[in-house]
Amino acid sequence: MIKRFLYSQKVAPYVFVLPFILVFLIFWVYPLGSSVTMSFQKITLGQEAEWVGLDNYTKLLGDKIFLKSVMNSAVYMLCTLLILIPLPMLLAVLINNKFMWGREFFKSSLFFPALTSVVVAGTIFRLMFGEMDGSLINSFLGWFGIEPVKFLKGQATGFIALLTLATWRWLGVNMLYFLSGLKSIPDDYYEAASIDGASAWQKFRMITMPLLKPTTIYVLTISIYAGLAMFIESLMLWNGNNSPKNIGLTIVGYLYRQGIEKSNLGYAAAVGIVLLVLAMTINMIQLAFSGLFKKED
Amino acid sequence: MKKEATLKMNERSALSVKKNLPLKIGLFVLFTLLCAIILVPFYAIALASFKPGEELIRYGLNLKFDLSVMSLDNYIYLFTGDHAYFTWFFNSLLLTVVQVALTLIVSATVAYGFSAYEFRGKNFLFICVLLIMMVPFEILLLPLYTLIFNLHMMNTYSAIVLPGIASAATIFFFRQYLSGIPKEIIAAGRVDGASEYGIYLRLILPIMKPSFAAMAILNGMNSWNNFLWPFMVLSDERKYTLPIGLKTLLTPYGNNYDLLIVGSFFSIIPIFILFVAFQKYFIDGMTAGAVKG
Repeated sequence: MIKRFLYSQKVAPYVFVLPFILVFLIFWVYPLGSSVTMSFQKITLGQEAEWVGLDNYTKLLGDKIFLKSVMNSAVYMLCTLLILIPLPMLLAVLINNKFMWGREFFKSSLFFPALTSVVVAGTIFRLMFGEMDGSLINSFLGWFGIEPVKFLKGQATGFIALLTLATWRWLGVNMLYFLSGLKSIPDDYYEAASIDGASAWQKFRMITMPLLKPTTIYVLTISIYAGLAMFIESLMLWNGNNSPKNIGLTIVGYLYRQGIEKSNLGYAAAVGIVLLVLAMTINMIQLAFSGLFKKED
Repeated sequence: MKKEATLKMNERSALSVKKNLPLKIGLFVLFTLLCAIILVPFYAIALASFKPGEELIRYGLNLKFDLSVMSLDNYIYLFTGDHAYFTWFFNSLLLTVVQVALTLIVSATVAYGFSAYEFRGKNFLFICVLLIMMVPFEILLLPLYTLIFNLHMMNTYSAIVLPGIASAATIFFFRQYLSGIPKEIIAAGRVDGASEYGIYLRLILPIMKPSFAAMAILNGMNSWNNFLWPFMVLSDERKYTLPIGLKTLLTPYGNNYDLLIVGSFFSIIPIFILFVAFQKYFIDGMTAGAVKG
C-alpha cells in the first residue's frame, strides 16, 4: 500500500525534490527567519532573549564603525565592477581574435589563480605587499625611485592591495564568462559589418557590446553580491579581523566581529539583514535598469 | 555605394596579409606580459618555499633567486616534521570527495524531479532554488551557527556537508542539461514497466554522466577552498581542513612561515595537476552558470 503510494506518478516528483525542500526549510528558511527575529532582540548568553523593537537598527545608523564597514564594502564592490567588467570584456574580445596565437594556453594561465584558495592567495599577497623595501611590490616601486610604501597601513593603499588580489583571482574567470558569451554571436554579423565598412571600434560598440548584454548582467549580478559580501580577503590580508583604523573592515567582517567575537547576536543579525536588503535592492535596481524584467524584444 | 564597399573589401584583403603579422605579434606580446604578471605570485611563493622563514621575515616575499640561502629544508620539514599538515590535507581530500559525491547525487535527483514532472507547487519551489542563489550565504552564518550548536553538530563534517547538499547552482545546471533529453525515454521506460525511480536510476542517470564532470569540478573546487563556514564549525585541530590549518599558522604572536609557505605552495600542486589534466571540465564548470545568463 505505502509502496504503491510512493511509486505513483503523482507522488514521485515530491520524493525527488524532497531533499531540496528539507534543506531549504532547515538551512535557509529557518535561519533566515531566526535572523529576522534575532535582529529585533537583545540576546545575552545564558539569558532569555529580550525584545527591543527597532533598537538594533537605530543603533546601527549611529554606529560609525558600522557605517565605515558599509562604506568599505560599497567602495570595494564599485571598484571591482569598474575593473572586473570592462577589462575582462576587452581581453575576451582580444583573445577571441582569429589571429591569436596560443589562445588555450593563455586562457588557462589567466584562469588558474581562481583555483587557489583565498587563504593561500591572501597569504601570498599579504607578503607581496609587505612594508619592507625588499618585498615584491616595494622593490618594484624602488626601480622607479619610489620610497617603500606601508600598503596595509593606509586606506587607499590598503584598497590597492585588496583590489589587486581581487583582480588577480577573477580577471581570468570573468574573461571566460565573456568568451562563452562571444561564442554565441554569429560571425555573419561581423562580416556584414565589415562589408558596410565598420571600424573595429564600431563593431565592438554596435555588435559585441549589445549582444554580450546577458553575460554582462550575469557578471554584474554575481560581482555585486561577491563585492558586498567580501570578508576573507580582508581577513587574510590583515591577518585578522582588526585592520588599523578599520580600513579593511567589511560588512560581513563587522557581522563576524559582533556575532562571533563579541557574542552580540541580535546586533549582528541586524547587520546581516541590512546586508541582505542592500544586496537585494542594488541588484533589483540593476536588473530593472538593464531591462531583464522587460519582455524580450 | 556598393562599388565603394567592394573596393574597401579588396583593400582589406590585400592589407590583411601585411596587417596580420603586427596584430599577431602585438596580441601575443600583450598576453605574454599579462600572463607573466599573473604568474609572478606563484613564482614568488615557489621561490620562497626554498628559503628559510627568517629570510622572509627580514626581506619580505621577493623574486631574488639566491642559491646560497635556498635549500630543501622546508620540504624536508613538510614531509618529516612534527605537525598536522598532512592530517589537514587528507581531511580536505576526504571532505571534498564526500561533499562532491553527495551534492551531485542529491542535486541531480532534485533536478530530475523538476525537469521530468509537472506537479503542484513546482514553479514556487523552483523560484526558491533561484532565491537561494540570490541570498548571500554570509548573512546566514550566525543563525546557522546557532542551529548547528543546538543540533549538537558542532565539530562534525555533517555540519559542513548538509547545508549545501542540495546546491542551487548545481540543481539549476542539471535541470538545464536534462531539458535537452527527450521525454520519450521516460515514456518508453514506463511502457516497459519500469517504476518512476527505476527510470531515473537506470535510464536517466547514465545519460547524465557527461554533465557530472563539470559540476564535480565546480563543487570540488568550492569544497577544497571552502574556508569561513568550516572555520566556524570545526574546533578540533585534528579535524581541520587545509585552509583552516594554514590559517592557524598565522597568529598575531608570530607566524610559522617555514610551514606556511611550503604548505601553501604544496596545496596548489594537486589542483594544478588536476587542472592540467581536466582543463576543459574546469572551464565548462566555471562558466556553466553564465551560458544561459
